[in-house]
Amino acid sequence: MAQSNNSIKKILGVAFALCIVCSVIVSTAAVALRPLQQLNQELDRKTNILSVANLYEPGMDVNAVFESAVIPRVVDMRTGEYTDEFDPATYDGFEARRDPAASRVLSGERDPAGLTRVEHFTTVYLVGDEEDPEQIILPIRGQGLWGLMRGFMAVEGDGNTIVGITYYEHAETPGLGAEVNNPRWQAQWEGKQIFDEEGSPVPAIRVAKGSGSGEHEVDGLSGATLTSNGVTNMLQFWLSPEGFGEYLAKFRSGIEQQDAQDADVELEAEGA
Amino acid sequence: MSAATPKGVLTTPVFKNNPIALQVLGICSALAVTTSMSVSLVMTMAVIFVTAFSNLFVSLIRHHIPSSIRIIVQMTIIASLVIVVDQILKAYAYEMSKQLSVFVGLIITNCIVMGRAEGFAMTNTPGLSFLDGIGNGLGYGFILMTVGFFRELFGSGSVFGFTVLHPIQDGGWYVPNGLLLLPPSAFFIIGLIIWVLRSLNPEQIEENEFKMKHNTQPKEAV
Repeated sequence: MAQSNNSIKKILGVAFALCIVCSVIVSTAAVALRPLQQLNQELDRKTNILSVANLYEPGMDVNAVFESAVIPRVVDMRTGEYTDEFDPATYDGFEARRDPAASRVLSGERDPAGLTRVEHFTTVYLVGDEEDPEQIILPIRGQGLWGLMRGFMAVEGDGNTIVGITYYEHAETPGLGAEVNNPRWQAQWEGKQIFDEEGSPVPAIRVAKGSGSGEHEVDGLSGATLTSNGVTNMLQFWLSPEGFGEYLAKFRSGIEQQDAQDADVELEAEGA
Repeated sequence: MSAATPKGVLTTPVFKNNPIALQVLGICSALAVTTSMSVSLVMTMAVIFVTAFSNLFVSLIRHHIPSSIRIIVQMTIIASLVIVVDQILKAYAYEMSKQLSVFVGLIITNCIVMGRAEGFAMTNTPGLSFLDGIGNGLGYGFILMTVGFFRELFGSGSVFGFTVLHPIQDGGWYVPNGLLLLPPSAFFIIGLIIWVLRSLNPEQIEENEFKMKHNTQPKEAV
């Protein structure tokens, strides 16, 4: 029997039959379970949006809270204006990056995050009042060490103060780069300022090498310099005028005007 | 190996012939997934499923597997089962699958699965092989759950997520041992388990491969 089993015909036959059977099983499982998996991913994304905004509590009904607390809006990153061209519930900026009509090519210095292409329109999430939001949650993505990292950054309504950062999809090394999702590291971001006092449009926020100091720096992840650089680079891109810079500038200028008005009021009060 | 009985193949791998403690296989994942008991439990169930069914399928077609490609045939069966398990986890236990991350995929390379397919299922009937797979999965799971219990209890002060020792960062009194949350601690615990098991079953103690000499006296060295 060993003889017949080892004939070339038998070997090829067994190998072929096995491949067919296994591939049918694997693809059946993958296709049949995909809808459930997508629901889970969607839920996970919403959970991440809520948790970066400090709204998440374990055991809460994520979908219901997301519906009531978060307003998704599609933003044109070139102008920083909202658009009603797309439905925020179904529009997917990440998919749109492949569409030549809805995206542009990035190269060289204009592409610090290694994105190659970026969409014109993307979805941001507002917490609180739509006109004067408490928090703005921006999707960010960029190359880490091993692959694309996708996450969210929550910014206060002043367009400058960071609330938090989180990554829901990445392939960084567990224990080193994957510590981007360590709550202790994430906690450092709270209260950091994106832009410097001079009002330069280039974001000043960065992940330092070693320990960070001041309001624009966050401690680097030890043993994960390339992941830390990836985080810095993607913030350099997404918070610059190429990304959400124009959009955030509206909130910052709003604040400045308010300050100026406050100053006027004070002057008047003194004059009186 | 003496003639296998259904009860024998199911129970001996748990204590007498434990894949981790005696054969020292599958250590890698035992270090990685034992920080909490719920993760250990899911990993255990995944491994039991894969070893049981890979044993079953390998045994079913064992008379038709050409010996020259038998390892690849076994590997293909194991890999397919692991992908199915991974897909199921992603669909029904998404949080868990995120915590287990690559380690579900790495069941493919778990020596226990491959070892049982090659060592047992190739020469035994499907029913017995299936039970042997469950038994070895249980043996693996027994160590995983024990390690997970100690690591979670002393590392985070809880068991299955329920707080037992109130940790100090939540206003309690217990100072969690950070070492137990790191993979090396599993080495110590597995070592202690091996010690206990071999003290209880002295026949598991291996013969010394060589005898260590006494320290050399200064006189002899000159």
